[in-house]
Amino acid sequence: MALKFPIFMDAQSTTPCDPRVVDAMLPYFVEKFGHPASRNHPFGWEAEGAVDAARAKIARLINARDPKEVVFTSGGTEAINLALKGVAEMYREKGNHIVTTAIEQRAGLDTCKRLERLGFEVTYVPVQPNGLVDVDDVKKALTDKTILISVMFANNEIGAIQDIAAIGKLAKEKGIIFHTDATQATGKIPVDVEKMGIDLFSCTAHLIYGPKGVGALYVRRKAPRVRLAPMIDGGGHERGMRSGTLPVPLVVGFGRAAEICEEVMPEESARLGKLRDRLQDAILGSVDEAFLNGDPERRLPHNLNISFAYVEGESVLMGLNKETALSSGSACTSSTLEPSYVIAALGASAELAHSSIRFSLHRFNTEEEVEWVAKRTIEVVRRLRDMSPLYELAKEGVDIKSIQWKAE
Amino acid sequence: MAYSEKVVDHYNNPRNVGSFMKDTPGVGTGLVGAPECGDVMKLQIKVNLQTGVIEDAKFKTFGCGSAIASSSLATEWLKGKTVDEAGKIKNTDIVNELKLPPVKIHCSVLAEDAIKAALADYKTKWIKEGAAAASST
Ligand SMILES: Cc1ncc(COP(=O)(O)O)c(C=O)c1O
Ligand code: FES
Repeated sequence: MALKFPIFMDAQSTTPCDPRVVDAMLPYFVEKFGHPASRNHPFGWEAEGAVDAARAKIARLINARDPKEVVFTSGGTEAINLALKGVAEMYREKGNHIVTTAIEQRAGLDTCKRLERLGFEVTYVPVQPNGLVDVDDVKKALTDKTILISVMFANNEIGAIQDIAAIGKLAKEKGIIFHTDATQATGKIPVDVEKMGIDLFSCTAHLIYGPKGVGALYVRRKAPRVRLAPMIDGGGHERGMRSGTLPVPLVVGFGRAAEICEEVMPEESARLGKLRDRLQDAILGSVDEAFLNGDPERRLPHNLNISFAYVEGESVLMGLNKETALSSGSACTSSTLEPSYVIAALGASAELAHSSIRFSLHRFNTEEEVEWVAKRTIEVVRRLRDMSPLYELAKEGVDIKSIQWKAE
Repeated sequence: MAYSEKVVDHYNNPRNVGSFMKDTPGVGTGLVGAPECGDVMKLQIKVNLQTGVIEDAKFKTFGCGSAIASSSLATEWLKGKTVDEAGKIKNTDIVNELKLPPVKIHCSVLAEDAIKAALADYKTKWIKEGAAAASST
């Protein structure tokens, strides 16, 4: 089959909608446009029925006992904000301490930073060099003022999958509410809010082949019943936790996306895992001093993150971006000029944090695409190394750390 | 953010990539930046000790595409200039030529620093010998 360019291998930033999802959504724009909270006529009933069905599909995917526990939001960011701020405000009298990790996505970290400004104390538990949190470190961070533990399920850059069940168990023992940002894990690997002792669980549709602009927060209703202060006040929709007219077409698409993910997960994760391994073997097999970031075993099957020593990440992407969409934790891709805080949190040198490239595969990637991307990445890295003063120094046997660099 | 055509051109066809032996007469080497900041430039000039004209220039850069383009452009501009003229190249000239956006200005600053460092190295290493060589002929 002929390759079609550009090739998308940046599926941890977003995913294309599955055409089956779009098909499910379409009737809800023109024909079935009712307001799900209109209780007194068929338009409303129809919309409410569609929303309830979608809610049930999401509940099923994450094994929630009751679909009512699923609260729709505008996406992962809002779900995370609602979980953290909602708990902080509601349980303020119980305590003011939150435990989270150093590698949460910005929605989690920046919300915690704001809560700190409001007088809360936050402990950012470090991760081990493989990206995994030591559950003992979480345990040691707890105090009698801790009201919330928030640990992401799987990381967006390195795919590291945390021991969520162990943290859930710890939280239950201590009677502390447990939130997980499962934006990257949902629909990709098995998740189970019951078995894993999760009280709050954030996810988003656009990472599971659904539409952008809709997400959900699972809020446990029994053992314990979690209460949240709403962030958006209004008509009292979503059990009062998130007011605002639901975007019915998006919600329907989200439900269909969840349903498909549940159906195809075993086969899809195995297929993507194989493709990822091929990509990894091809690259690591032919580029020296290329380092895998994150735990080789406990990571998402579609994720691959490699630091190419002596070349800067953005320059690698520039060499590929006409044909291939990847992403880099390199500073220069953002306006902050900070290298990836996730890679830096692994204890890697800042130089390697500037050199990380993330490949993330999705449902529609093919073997041919993987082979092409491997081949082109290798070419570009080699070309840039021929241009790299650091590679030259290293080949001459100079220890780069021994040079007195004048950092600005 | 899209790159300007000139940045893309220098990135795809970098001019004057390479190295001179550091102790070749007339060669000045500048090594600036820091690996932990994500950018390091090595820029070298080869000056004719008789005329004070830069006959050749080479670079190697670890950094983003704009940093690579800035140093590539710098080597082009250096060739044929006298040492004094070379000292007048400003980072803003590079910004204008490559149409660098604000977040990429530091890449051009680094290129100016690299030029200055190479000139300084040239002067400390060769200026006396250069004068001596000129008077002995
Ligand atoms: C780990 C993680 N959390 C949260 C989010 C934010 O989700 P959304 O884009 O739906 O706001 C993302 C987005 O990519 C993510 O990767
Ligand atoms: S080298 Fe960092 S932005 Fe150019």
